[in-house]
Amino acid sequence: MTAPKPGFSQLRLEGVTRRFGSQNALSDLDLTIEAGEFIALLGPSGCGKSTALNCLAGLLPLTGGSIWQDERRIDVLPPERRGFGMVFQSYALFPHMSVRANVAFGLRMRRLPKQEIRRRTDEAIRLVRLEEHVDKLPGQLSGGQQQRVAIARAVVLEPSLVLMDEPLSNLDAKLRLEMRTEIRRLHQSLGLTTVYVTHDQEEALSLADRLVVLRAGAVQQIGSPQELHTRPANWHVADFMGYRNLWPMRVQAAQAGEITVEADGLRLVGDPVGQIAAGDQVVAAVRPEDVRVDDPHATTNTVPAEIEVVEYQGRELAAEARNDAGLRVHVRTDKRIAPGDRVTLSIDPRRLLVFPSDSVERPAAGLADAAEPGTLREPRLVP
Amino acid sequence: MATLTDVRPAGTKQLDGSTPRRRIVARPAAWLVWGAVIFFFVNLLGVIGSVIVSSFGQRWFDTWVPDGYTTKWYGQAWSEFALLQVITVTLEVSLLVVALSLVIGVPAAYVLARRSFPGKRIIYLVFLLPILMPPITYGIPLATVLYKFGLAGHLSGVVLANLVPSVPFVILTMTPFIEQIDPRIESAARMCGAGLRSVFLSVLAPLLLPGILASAILVLVRTVGMFELTFLTAGPDSQTLVVALYYSMSAAGIRAQQSVDAMAVIYTSMMLVLLVVALRYVNPTQLVARVKEEPQP
Amino acid sequence: MTSPPTAPPAGRPRSPRAHWQHRLAERGIDRQLWLLVPALLFVVLLFLYPFFYGLGLSFQPTKGGPFSDYARFFGDAYERDTIWITLRIALPAAVLNVVASVPIAYRMRGRFRGKRLITILLVVPITLGTVLTAQGLLNFLGPTGWFNRVLLALHLADEPVRLIHNYWGVFFSLIITGFPFAFLLVLSYLSGIDPTLERAAATLGAGWWQRFRTITLPLLMPGLATTFCLTFVLAFSVFPSAVLVGNPAGETRVISIAAYQAAYEQYDYPYASAIAVIMGVVELVIIALVLAARSRLYTGSTGGKG
Repeated sequence: MTAPKPGFSQLRLEGVTRRFGSQNALSDLDLTIEAGEFIALLGPSGCGKSTALNCLAGLLPLTGGSIWQDERRIDVLPPERRGFGMVFQSYALFPHMSVRANVAFGLRMRRLPKQEIRRRTDEAIRLVRLEEHVDKLPGQLSGGQQQRVAIARAVVLEPSLVLMDEPLSNLDAKLRLEMRTEIRRLHQSLGLTTVYVTHDQEEALSLADRLVVLRAGAVQQIGSPQELHTRPANWHVADFMGYRNLWPMRVQAAQAGEITVEADGLRLVGDPVGQIAAGDQVVAAVRPEDVRVDDPHATTNTVPAEIEVVEYQGRELAAEARNDAGLRVHVRTDKRIAPGDRVTLSIDPRRLLVFPSDSVERPAAGLADAAEPGTLREPRLVP
Repeated sequence: MATLTDVRPAGTKQLDGSTPRRRIVARPAAWLVWGAVIFFFVNLLGVIGSVIVSSFGQRWFDTWVPDGYTTKWYGQAWSEFALLQVITVTLEVSLLVVALSLVIGVPAAYVLARRSFPGKRIIYLVFLLPILMPPITYGIPLATVLYKFGLAGHLSGVVLANLVPSVPFVILTMTPFIEQIDPRIESAARMCGAGLRSVFLSVLAPLLLPGILASAILVLVRTVGMFELTFLTAGPDSQTLVVALYYSMSAAGIRAQQSVDAMAVIYTSMMLVLLVVALRYVNPTQLVARVKEEPQP
Repeated sequence: MTSPPTAPPAGRPRSPRAHWQHRLAERGIDRQLWLLVPALLFVVLLFLYPFFYGLGLSFQPTKGGPFSDYARFFGDAYERDTIWITLRIALPAAVLNVVASVPIAYRMRGRFRGKRLITILLVVPITLGTVLTAQGLLNFLGPTGWFNRVLLALHLADEPVRLIHNYWGVFFSLIITGFPFAFLLVLSYLSGIDPTLERAAATLGAGWWQRFRTITLPLLMPGLATTFCLTFVLAFSVFPSAVLVGNPAGETRVISIAAYQAAYEQYDYPYASAIAVIMGVVELVIIALVLAARSRLYTGSTGGKG
């Protein structure tokens, strides 16, 4: 299949809003998508990412804002006239049609000549490598095969934009990795502009050119995978991007580019993100893999702690440690450790990001009175 | 009846799987229960059987069975009650009611199953009312209105009156069938460029075919058997079989009892044929009522 | 988060039309709702309009003030008693049908050979309807019918028992058509209750009666209430059998006969409408009472496929 000419050079979402009753499922989304881009909408369930995708598809009418394809307003068009393709989480294959009929459906709707339908259908089926299953019904296929049919059905129309709604979340772990590669390969070979919704940050990071992180219907950050990985805009994004250690702390001293934070006698040096002054309530965030165990070269940010729980994860161990003040630290290490071990943890100050804590919400205390360890609660975890 | 021969050997196993203790305690109760069921069926058989036997009876007075057997009452009933015309009317009315109630009911069922919008509960309740009310209560004002507009007394009035419980019935029967289709299949069709019409015709209609067949056959059975509404709106040449049967019964004494019985048997066999057809598409419980929890009042 | 750097294209200001579309979308209203229109039109024209027409008519009697037809109904013992006659037939019949269904359905809820046959046989009287049942009852329960012959042959009675053209004939016709109806409904409710719940109770030491009493019955109660309502509606609207196997001038002169006579024998449509309204109100009051009681029960998931 030849790469389709994109039907546009730019797709703009301006203040796209969707309310259900009094609830704002999506508020004021502004986003410009360039032709050929792979965009991932990322966020926990209920964050509005699927709402955004359905609004873009036209399956859900907007309650505010507009969508423009170059100079043409498209949010008033019904979905069938937008010329987009979509892949659904549940595949949504037509259960009463064979694989071929499923893929050919959209071409038939366009009343193309029989021969062309045949040719393009075959081509799309070959593309997803399902040639020997063309006459089967969807119910006779495995999950991965069904998803490939769904993808073929969406791309056979050479749509100007492909929308994917958590297409991999119904697959098991091994298939998910394979399909991920396949989607990336398809995107590279066809150059299809894609908007991809997922709650899996790893999937988003590996697939997308640009990520949009949503939370409670509002955009938190738009950026490249690298930007999001290393420099989340706020602690919510950090939480979502795998910063499992989120500690509510107070700023002791703030200089340019370096900040000292403190809680319950523990004092750490970190890298501030945003405007922070001495005395502020902050959230300090660090990834488990950036916490080192018994590093002989470590001089700053050392925390003596005791290992409590150890999970085996292949080449590494994931562990949960606790310092004397009751602070829980998630750690990933390749060192051999066991529950009960006394260790010295250390954190590179450049890897400890310090975010302003929006006063309303703070991560549930990772720190608590050592006297009452029973009251300790975890920060919200990324699944 | 092909459906009857489908015997599941697994079923017997499950019965024996109950704990021994329960069987000992429950045994007298079980006898009682089965006794009641058998008593009911024996009487049911008597009720239907006496009609059938009588319709073939030469003369039947104070004896266990008739004196002799004949089929002449059927011929007599056929000509005396103009049954050909009555059956034609019955079929016309039923098929029209089925077609119209599907055309009106299926799209409404679709919206009610899929969408939420202000006032949905009230609309649902209004659709439910004709099923919850005795037909006589709304039948009399309805017949009055139909007579006022000159619609009652012939076929169109009978059809309109029978639509009143049929459309809600279609809606109630179709709703679960529609709910079990993933709405994203429709979304997928629309994303493939299918307009609303194409979605209905090439995706929904084939998937809903079992449900449509089921509700069509249910409405058919109910309409053929519907007495009150037809009775209130029918004129002399728009009587359905069941109404004609009622008239011939209430005028008993004029005609021979046996020819009324013969007519009853004709009606019975017509219903049984429908029933056999119906049971290929629906289960017996559906035939009775499509119970779905009403929205809480 | 970031405002787009591109200048807004011409025509950007919201048109009033788009604004309205947004407002409607928020409430879930769009053009798909047009599919409801035929059904709504139908229900308004053929159900609500006649209903309110009849209601209005009932307040415009042929003579007297707006309430005089109601006064006439309640003032005349022969008319007023039709309510009690109807309830005296319909309530016991509905209660018996539901109560008898429970133990039988409880025994039969598992799968067993012949179950489908039994349910099919039960559907027969429902599909045949009350007119045919009446004809059969006249033959079967009549003084020379098989039923009385059996009684006489077994010396259970010395002379034929009078079972038709009175209360019992109507009552039996309501059982013959109503019991299968109630039974099939109760059976479907019962099979909607997850059988593992009772097994769980058994592992906790409950005997079969305790399991039925504390687990199955409470979960079944809402279904029984609904079944009762539907069975009662059937019994309450008894008409053909009350005429044919009952004594339509006396002890089975049910309210629908009164309404029918007013409309089609006296051609007094306002009075007939008044009786229909009274009939509807009485029925709805009883249903409302049952449903109100039902709303106090647990009506959530019963764990089954039901």
